[in-house]
Amino acid sequence: MAQKISFKDTDMQAVIGWVLRIGVIVSICIVFFGGVIFLYRHGHEIADHKKFKGIPDFISTAGGIINGVFAFRGQAIIQLGIVLLIATPVLRVIFSAIGFVLEKDYLYIGISLLVLLIIFISMISGHAG
Amino acid sequence: MSVIVFTLIILVGAYFAGLIGSLTGLGGGFVIIPLLTLLLHVDIHYAIGASLVSVIATSSGSAAAYVKEGITNMRLGMFLEIATTAGAMTGAIIAVYIPTNYIAILLGVILICSAIMSLRKKAEQVLKQQNGWATKLKLNSSYPTANGTVNYSVSKVGGGFVVMIFAGVLSGLLGIGSGALKVLAMDSIMRIPFKVSTTTSNFMIGVTAAASAVVYLQRGYIDPGISMPVVIGVLVGALSGSKILVHTQSSGWLRWVFAVVVVFLASQLIYNGIIGRI
Repeated sequence: MAQKISFKDTDMQAVIGWVLRIGVIVSICIVFFGGVIFLYRHGHEIADHKKFKGIPDFISTAGGIINGVFAFRGQAIIQLGIVLLIATPVLRVIFSAIGFVLEKDYLYIGISLLVLLIIFISMISGHAG
Repeated sequence: MSVIVFTLIILVGAYFAGLIGSLTGLGGGFVIIPLLTLLLHVDIHYAIGASLVSVIATSSGSAAAYVKEGITNMRLGMFLEIATTAGAMTGAIIAVYIPTNYIAILLGVILICSAIMSLRKKAEQVLKQQNGWATKLKLNSSYPTANGTVNYSVSKVGGGFVVMIFAGVLSGLLGIGSGALKVLAMDSIMRIPFKVSTTTSNFMIGVTAAASAVVYLQRGYIDPGISMPVVIGVLVGALSGSKILVHTQSSGWLRWVFAVVVVFLASQLIYNGIIGRI
């Protein structure tokens, strides 16, 4: 009974609520900002998405997106926001895993890690395909 | 059509898609795929990519609120996420090998089923009987109501898990949250109170969509020019939808109107898929 500070489910709920909220707000703001730049520069070009041709080369890799962001390219900034948005629920799983560690709930530490592993495998399989 | 007109049309369309999705409980990205493909003739791969991104935004946004209220069963969500993420990964991988018109037809069928399911009567059920697996996995929990905290148990964990794999595959294949199927599995198989099953489903949708979005991102399905207006429009639409829901208690007739709209869009998808125009 020496330890008074204990981590409970309600604490975890509060933390996870904040992670999700901040993740969504930050990424949407970045997407919006990138969108304004994109429209300012390319607004009067002709939109053509009838045929699938993938995305422009300069935003198809992580390094390309980062370079594009520093070069202030609208599409790269939008893509950065989207990557952060996709990362938000993944970050939520990481935070739940930490929460379960603090609660010493070994079963759910394992379950959280398994979910992370599946997402990781999915990422690798997308790279190969 | 210039980029700026194209963006504005999507922005307005996505707003209403988010609004309808939130009012019917079908989810944000649900109406956006028929809208993009049928009206703006966007390639269905881009539409699926953009829809997935908007699904992550709306589900994470509303999950944030539900989690804090303590209604969401986080352990149940985490456990079932094993099934949904594995399914979503499979769905995203096999999506490449399926002709786009089959994807359109399947999406239409799923849309119609979900619209019908959204009209179901929702009776609040509370199961007290303890079940071996649910106890081992610590899935039995409680949630706050106006009359105090209610304890509930979870039944048929295995059955629910299997349906969740299927829900994940559909989510990865079609770029939807497949919330209707998740809720159905938790409601009728696992016998979870309705409020808990909707919020827990919402909690899982973001992670499920992320598992397939990482595949789509690398395949070039997620185009910034399309995803940007979709995600902003759907999120703002869903936010205003949740505001309306708070103010109107009986949205029964509204649900019917939207169900008809969704069924109409879905039949267009199926028709275009059959004649091979998508």
